[in-house]
Amino acid sequence: MIPPRQSRPHSGVGSLILIAVVIGACVVTFAYTAGWLSPHRLTPDRLVDAFSPGGEPLGHRRNHAKGICFTGHFEANGAGSALSSAQVFSRGQYPALGRFNLGTADPNAPDSTVRVRGMGLRISTPDDQEWRSAMINAPIFPVSTPQAFYQLLLASASKAPDAMQTFAAANPEIAAFGAWAKSASWTGSYAEDRYNGLNSFIFTNGSGAETTVRWSVLPSAQPVPVSPEELAKRGPDFLEQEIVERVRGGPLRWTMMVTVANPGDATADPSKAWPDDRRTVEVGTLVVQRIEDERNGPCRDINFDPTVLPAGIRTSDDPFPAARSSAYAKSYDRRTAEAKYYPRTAADAKP
Amino acid sequence: MIGSHTRFSPLQRLLHWLMAICILAMLFIGVGMVSTVMPKYLTLVSIHKPLGVAILVLALIRLTVRLRYGAPPLPADLPEPMKLAAQLSHYALYALMIAMPLIGWGMLSAAAYPVVLYGDVHLPAILPQSDGLHTLLWNAHFYLAFAFFALILLHAAAALFHALVRRDGVFDAMAPWSTRARVAPAE
Repeated sequence: MIPPRQSRPHSGVGSLILIAVVIGACVVTFAYTAGWLSPHRLTPDRLVDAFSPGGEPLGHRRNHAKGICFTGHFEANGAGSALSSAQVFSRGQYPALGRFNLGTADPNAPDSTVRVRGMGLRISTPDDQEWRSAMINAPIFPVSTPQAFYQLLLASASKAPDAMQTFAAANPEIAAFGAWAKSASWTGSYAEDRYNGLNSFIFTNGSGAETTVRWSVLPSAQPVPVSPEELAKRGPDFLEQEIVERVRGGPLRWTMMVTVANPGDATADPSKAWPDDRRTVEVGTLVVQRIEDERNGPCRDINFDPTVLPAGIRTSDDPFPAARSSAYAKSYDRRTAEAKYYPRTAADAKP
Repeated sequence: MIGSHTRFSPLQRLLHWLMAICILAMLFIGVGMVSTVMPKYLTLVSIHKPLGVAILVLALIRLTVRLRYGAPPLPADLPEPMKLAAQLSHYALYALMIAMPLIGWGMLSAAAYPVVLYGDVHLPAILPQSDGLHTLLWNAHFYLAFAFFALILLHAAAALFHALVRRDGVFDAMAPWSTRARVAPAE
C-alpha cells in the first residue's frame, strides 16, 4: 500500500488569521442570535422583569401570582367536533385542572384591589393530548401587540407623571379596556365571573376545514354586582374563602362557548372585540368539583401555557400566544428555581 | 479494528457532516428562541424538539458505527498533548450529542410539558414532575449548550489547523470528499 502523500506543513500566518476570522465570525453570529448585541430586543426576560419593578414575587408566578387551584372535569356535548377534530370536543367527560387567579404580580394583594380576574385551565384527553388556556374576565385585551403590552408595563411603573397619558396617546386602543375597567361591575365570587380566552386560534375539523375562533367560559351562577368598597370590607382573601365555601355546597359550572370569526374580523388583535352577531357554538360544560391546595397542590408546578394545544387547535396570526408562551416559560423557570422561597407547607414558611 | 485506513468510512463522514449541520442549527435555534417573544418563538421551539430527538437518534447510530469501524489513526508525529486533546474532545462531543437531547427531554418531563414531535405525535415523559429536577436539568441544558458551542468552535479551529497549517491528512480523513487526489499531483 502506498502511504498517502502528506503536504508539507505550512506555517502561514495568513492561515492562522483565516482560522481566527472564521471562528470569530461564528461567535459574533451566535451572540447576535442570542440577542446579546440587541439591547432593545423584547426578550422574555425583559418582559417578565417588567411585571415586578418593585421586586419579584420569589417562588410565585410573575403575573396572576395570587390564586387558588381547582379540579373537575369538562363535559363535551359533541357540538365542537364540527369545528375541531380535537378529542376534547367529542361527546364525553375529560379531567380538568384549573386555577382561579388575580391579575397581579403580588401574591398578597387584597382581592378587592385587583380588577382583572382569571382562570387557568388544563383539560386532558385519553389520547394523551392537553388543552391549556389562560383566560381573564375582561372582554378585550388592553393593547394590540406584545410590544405595546411591554410599553404599558413600563408606563405603569414609570414615575413620570404623564407616562400613562403618553402611552394612551400612542396606543389609543387601550381606551376600550379602560372603559371596561371603569364601568364593568365587580362580583363577590370567582364563580360569578365570565372568563375570556381573548386570543384567536385556528380550529381544524375532521375534513380539514379551518375556522378562526375565540372562546370563553360563562358562569351558570348569576352574577351579583358588588362595589369594590363593599368587597374591601370582606377581607383581603375573600375570593378564596368564598370559593372554598361555595364548592363545598356543590359543583360549579361554566358553559364553554366558541365564537367563530367572519372573514375580515380582527383575528390578530385581541384588543378588538368581534361583532356580537358572530356565530357561537356551545361546546360543553366546565364543572369545578374540588378546590385544591394552592401552595402544594396540582396547579403549583403547572404552566398554563396557552400554546399547549391538542391536534385540531393551533395558533393563529394573533401574536400574543407566542409572547405569552415565551414569557410564561421564563416565569416558570424562575419560580421553580425559587421553590425555597415559597415552601410547600405553611409551617415550613416560618423560620 | 481496521488499522490501515486513512479516512473515515463514507457512512461516518455522512453522519458527521449531517450532524454538524443539525447541531449547529440546534444551538442557534436554542439561543434564538429563548431570546424572543415574537411568533417565531413557537416556530423555533417546534423545530428544536424534533431536531433534538433526531440528533439523539443519529448520535446513537454514529456511536454504534464508530465502535464498529473505529477511526483512522492520528499522525505519528502529532504531539502527545494534541493527541490527548483530540481524544478528550471527541469523548466530550459524543457525550454532549447524547446527553443534551436527553436533558432537554427530561427537563420538559419534569415540568409536565407535553413533548410534541409533530402534530399529535408525542413522546412520553421520562421523569416525574419535579421543580427541583426541572431546575437542575434547565441549568444543565443552558450551561452545557454554551460548553457544546465552545467545544464545536475548538473542534472546528483544530480541524482548520490540521487542514491549513499542519496539512497532515487529519482533516482529509473526515472531509466530505477527498482533496488528496487533487492536491497531490500539483506539488
